[in-house]
Amino acid sequence: MKIELDVNGKHMSAEVEERTTLADCLRYEFGLTGTHLGCEHGVCGACTVIVNGAAVRSCLILAVQADGDSVTTVEGLSNDDALTPLQASFRKHHALQCGFCTPGMVTTAHALLTHEPNADEDRVRDVLSGNICRCTGYISIVEAVLDARSAYGRDGQ
Amino acid sequence: MKLSPVRYAAPTSVEEAVALLATCDAKIISGGQSLMPIMAFRLASPELLVDLKKIKGLGDIVLDSEGLHLGAKVKWIEIETDVRLKTAHPLLTKAIEHVAHYQIRNRGTVGGSLAHADPASEMPAIAACCDAVISVVGSGGLRKINAADFFVGALQTRLEPDEIIVKILLPPWPATRRWGFQEFSRRRGDFALAGIAAYFDVEPDGRATNAHIAVFGASDYQRRLTGAEAELNGKKPTADTFAAAARAAAAEVDPPSDIHAPADYRRALVETLTGRALADANR
Ligand SMILES: Cc1cc2nc3c(=O)[nH]c(=O)nc-3n(C[C@H](O)[C@H](O)[C@H](O)COP(=O)(O)OP(=O)(O)OC[C@H]3O[C@@H](n4cnc5c(N)ncnc54)[C@H](O)[C@@H]3O)c2cc1C
Ligand code: FES
Ligand code: FES
Repeated sequence: MKIELDVNGKHMSAEVEERTTLADCLRYEFGLTGTHLGCEHGVCGACTVIVNGAAVRSCLILAVQADGDSVTTVEGLSNDDALTPLQASFRKHHALQCGFCTPGMVTTAHALLTHEPNADEDRVRDVLSGNICRCTGYISIVEAVLDARSAYGRDGQ
Repeated sequence: MKLSPVRYAAPTSVEEAVALLATCDAKIISGGQSLMPIMAFRLASPELLVDLKKIKGLGDIVLDSEGLHLGAKVKWIEIETDVRLKTAHPLLTKAIEHVAHYQIRNRGTVGGSLAHADPASEMPAIAACCDAVISVVGSGGLRKINAADFFVGALQTRLEPDEIIVKILLPPWPATRRWGFQEFSRRRGDFALAGIAAYFDVEPDGRATNAHIAVFGASDYQRRLTGAEAELNGKKPTADTFAAAARAAAAEVDPPSDIHAPADYRRALVETLTGRALADANR
């Protein structure tokens, strides 16, 4: 089935099998391997992308279900020149070690701070509770997200 | 962890969707947050997925004299952010706070949860506790099923293969009603090992009446605990009454043992959580 979607601001299309998940479509059809697959059944959060403004698990959506939607992946949250405030905050706080969970942490944190730039520590912990990290122990990730809040204003940049 | 080959359709009306369900081994997909994992494990391999995405009118939250109507496509996030519901149905709001994690809450739906009927899920517990009425449409037309009849076992309901849940109605909620909701899970957002949703009203003479206590997680399916309710009705809502109701609740469940917890542990949880839910209700 042919699908068309907006990925990181670019119009993209692909001919996919109906059973293809959005995650596999992003990785194999579009070469966007920043989206990681940890479990492929909705429990780890590594595959989180932003669809029409909401953080969702791309392993639990069929690519055909996202036809016509607007998708932001971790690649869409960086620019080539300098680290974004969220990336810089992850670096400053040592919020990653192996980096496998990081795309899911960054997309989830970006969606959260875009909608709730004043999220407190409890809220950040609550939202990140669905993302598993086997390295950091989470404290540094929570600190990085809290520290990045100042970069997200009311205009939801 | 890849799905079996499957066909996909996104009809624009309930009638079209019902017709498609009758054509082959077809399954509805709504939020996909339960069905996709099941298909990834190949525990289900339907021939056709019928997506409710393009069907209009299934996503409304309506409050009227009949009560609170939740369309099948209402998402957890929409219940969480609807400020009316905090007073119109505080028990529902509290319960839904406990459902899954952020990303799943952005997609999971009321209808999907009712149809999936996981024994540990919150929405069916609220349906059972509040005597909700579930409206379904199939080739035979519209049927209204009481929650007490709808859930029949773990992952089992009275829904026919060609029927679609269109909405659920929760009866009106008096502002003076006392209620409590308690669940225990190892990690925030995970499925509960056991949980209790409870409410009661208070007569002018201070006695409890109309007690509704429903269990989830520690039972094959979500249901009211009539023995525990009987301990409460007609009594003054005191610590002793609540303790008796909690003991009755534990005696009324026959929980499963699995890798998550043995049966005795779950039964103990039911007693503790019933006591806490009733104490919360009385605050
Ligand atoms: C990691 C994880 C944790 C979770 N934790 C919880 C939790 O703590 N509590 C909880 O309640 N849930 C939890 N869930 C499940 C989640 O809430 C699901 O969203 C919900 O159970 C199903 O809703 P859905 O719209 O995603 O349904 P789908 O996955 O689309 O469908 C589920 C089933 O219902 C059928 N169906 C869907 N819609 C209809 C309809 N309108 N009429 C008839 N049949 C229909 C489908 O055919 C399928 O059989 C969790 C899920 C995951 C992945
Ligand atoms: S890969 Fe999607 S949640 Fe783990
Ligand atoms: S940094 Fe290794 S899993 Fe999180």
